[in-house]
Amino acid sequence: MTFPLISFYVFAAITTLAALAVITVRSPVHAALCLVLTFFSAACTWLLADAEFLAIVLVLVYVGAVMVLFLFVVMMLDVDIDPLREGFIKALPVGLLVAVVMLVEMLTLIGVRALQLPAPGDPALAAGMSNTQWLAMALFSQYLLPFEIAALILTVAIVAAIPLTLRRRQGVRMQDPARQVRVQPGERLRIVKMVAEKPAPQPETSSP
Amino acid sequence: MNRVVNYFKSLMLLELWAGMWLTLKYLVRPKYTMRYPMEHIPKSNRFRGLHALRRYPNGEERCIACKLCEAVCPALAITIDSAPREDGSRRTTRYDIDLFKCIFCGFCEESCPVDSIVLTSIHEYHMEQRGENVIIKPQLLAIGDRFENEIAAARAQDAPFR
Amino acid sequence: MNYIIDAYQFCASHFPTLTMAIGLLLFPLLPVIIAVAMYVWWERKVIGWMHVRVGPNKIGPFGLLQTFADVFKLLLKEVVYPARANKALFVLAPLWALVPAFAAWAVVPIGSHVAWSDANAGLLFLLAMTSMGVYGIIIAGWASNSRYAMLGAMRSAAQVVSYEIAMGFSLVSVLILAGSLNLSDIVNAQAGSKGALDWFFLPLLPMFVIYFVSGIAETNRLPFDMAEGESEIVAGFHVEYSGAPFAVFFLTEYANMILVSFMVPLLFLGGWLSPFPVSWGWIGAPGWWWLFAKMFVFATAYLWLRATFPRYRYDQIMRLGWKVFIPITLAWVFVAGCMKYFGWVVAGA
Repeated sequence: MTFPLISFYVFAAITTLAALAVITVRSPVHAALCLVLTFFSAACTWLLADAEFLAIVLVLVYVGAVMVLFLFVVMMLDVDIDPLREGFIKALPVGLLVAVVMLVEMLTLIGVRALQLPAPGDPALAAGMSNTQWLAMALFSQYLLPFEIAALILTVAIVAAIPLTLRRRQGVRMQDPARQVRVQPGERLRIVKMVAEKPAPQPETSSP
Repeated sequence: MNRVVNYFKSLMLLELWAGMWLTLKYLVRPKYTMRYPMEHIPKSNRFRGLHALRRYPNGEERCIACKLCEAVCPALAITIDSAPREDGSRRTTRYDIDLFKCIFCGFCEESCPVDSIVLTSIHEYHMEQRGENVIIKPQLLAIGDRFENEIAAARAQDAPFR
Repeated sequence: MNYIIDAYQFCASHFPTLTMAIGLLLFPLLPVIIAVAMYVWWERKVIGWMHVRVGPNKIGPFGLLQTFADVFKLLLKEVVYPARANKALFVLAPLWALVPAFAAWAVVPIGSHVAWSDANAGLLFLLAMTSMGVYGIIIAGWASNSRYAMLGAMRSAAQVVSYEIAMGFSLVSVLILAGSLNLSDIVNAQAGSKGALDWFFLPLLPMFVIYFVSGIAETNRLPFDMAEGESEIVAGFHVEYSGAPFAVFFLTEYANMILVSFMVPLLFLGGWLSPFPVSWGWIGAPGWWWLFAKMFVFATAYLWLRATFPRYRYDQIMRLGWKVFIPITLAWVFVAGCMKYFGWVVAGA
């Protein structure tokens, strides 16, 4: 039992437990935090498998950005759990069915993999470069077109999400920070030169 | 066009540099801080600090228990009881000032016909026990005795303006 | 003496991970904590000077021990748990902020390949760790069951996520020019015969500015400290914190500032390389002192900015991040690609 093996079992156990906790804990915030832990320990197991780029990207993207927004939403919504729990029994048969189907699919997949020939060796090792470098080479040469198409689709999705959800409500007084920033002092402020003292009182000339 | 020029001008961060330059200039300025217990800010001769009761040069206390100060005090900080002394003169038997009530307006000093109650320039004093905030006649007289020279000098300095 | 070396070699060969962990604890962490204390003192001094005051000058020579006095005071104080706070998360939050802030130091090199972990994906690791730090703030805001804290957490989450994009893009342009994710390689790629003129800050000038500004926003420092806008939401996410947990938040914030002050020279200003050409003899020789000198300049710039600018308004921060920084960085990534492709900037020339 070497140290990496022990750490693998520890990380794997934490991943599994945290994943279980995600679907069992009551508070949605706790569930989200458990999901963070799941991602993080999954990243740790990937690190052990020398997939450092993927592991770090997992932490960076999912833990660092996606889950932050997720937590943000969960905290903002202040989800009321009781009505959600009411329909639990009603949805149970469908849920069970989906779970069983997924389990069968996974088992088939594992079975197919196990029946296959032993997996080919690490292509990065064969090419004599680091994992990250090999991944980059593969992505940007061999798979450039699919990669770019995926990037384009994601960009379109982001842009589409904004116009779909953006609504301009009428009758709301809104500030436009861009316009406020653009203001020049000359437009707002007029400096007037004037004498500080009062003029001497004029002698009254027209007395009735 | 103007907007494009302004956009690129804003990227130069000119205003920000101006602000940073200003703070940089202040960084090297001589500092205003008084290192207080070691240094003191010069005090005016009209400074209104802790109270004192004065005496005449022959040792007789000035206060004649006219109670003008008690009447004029806007914070009701002064309490006076009076009685005739053995020699028949009218004197205070009690002269208390509650320092927590006092607002150091100086009206008592202004109203005093015999220049007895004065505000000295003492501002560093403290209380350790409850009740010490009320200073009584012997304490006030003691303060007056101790700082008589300073009090007299400050009054003499201010005299031409009164 | 030999016993110590023998013991070290025994530990390093038999328990490499443990030795590394203890070494990590002793080498970057202790100095970082002391540096934070000194930095807090320096901040109070510099801001004091800019306010035409003198700053702390009573405890120790020039007030140097002021921070230590403050820290011991904080550690001895009672920790107050707000009513109906989520106590477990309330205690966990400062640690969750602290651990990534310190973990990031594992990949920071102070000389060519002199780092605890000379990882290939060092820069990504750093980015991942800094992005983890925001959890501490969010959880602190949520767990303290306070509206002000919640508002602070919300603001900070939105701000950090927004500025991470601009920060990421400016890093991408550095990566394009350097051709590596390893921090030592990035610095070495800036070496050249012309000294400072070979550094990346010249071809990537907008990115250099944007990286530093985003770094300030990421560490929630003025003028971007929306998470703890004292004038609007009292102290933001750490309103309810007192004593030792508050001290931990404080430590985290300053450790992150020092980290960003290290990163800017490493990425854009040639790290430990001398600003003078190598041919000039000893003054052109690289060394850790250059890195620390540059770090000091940026650490002081943090304080200088704080003393100069008022707090940004929230919607203006969002506008700056999304509508100004991201378009510029996107454009400059393209420019950086052109520079690399046409060979205008050659790494390690």
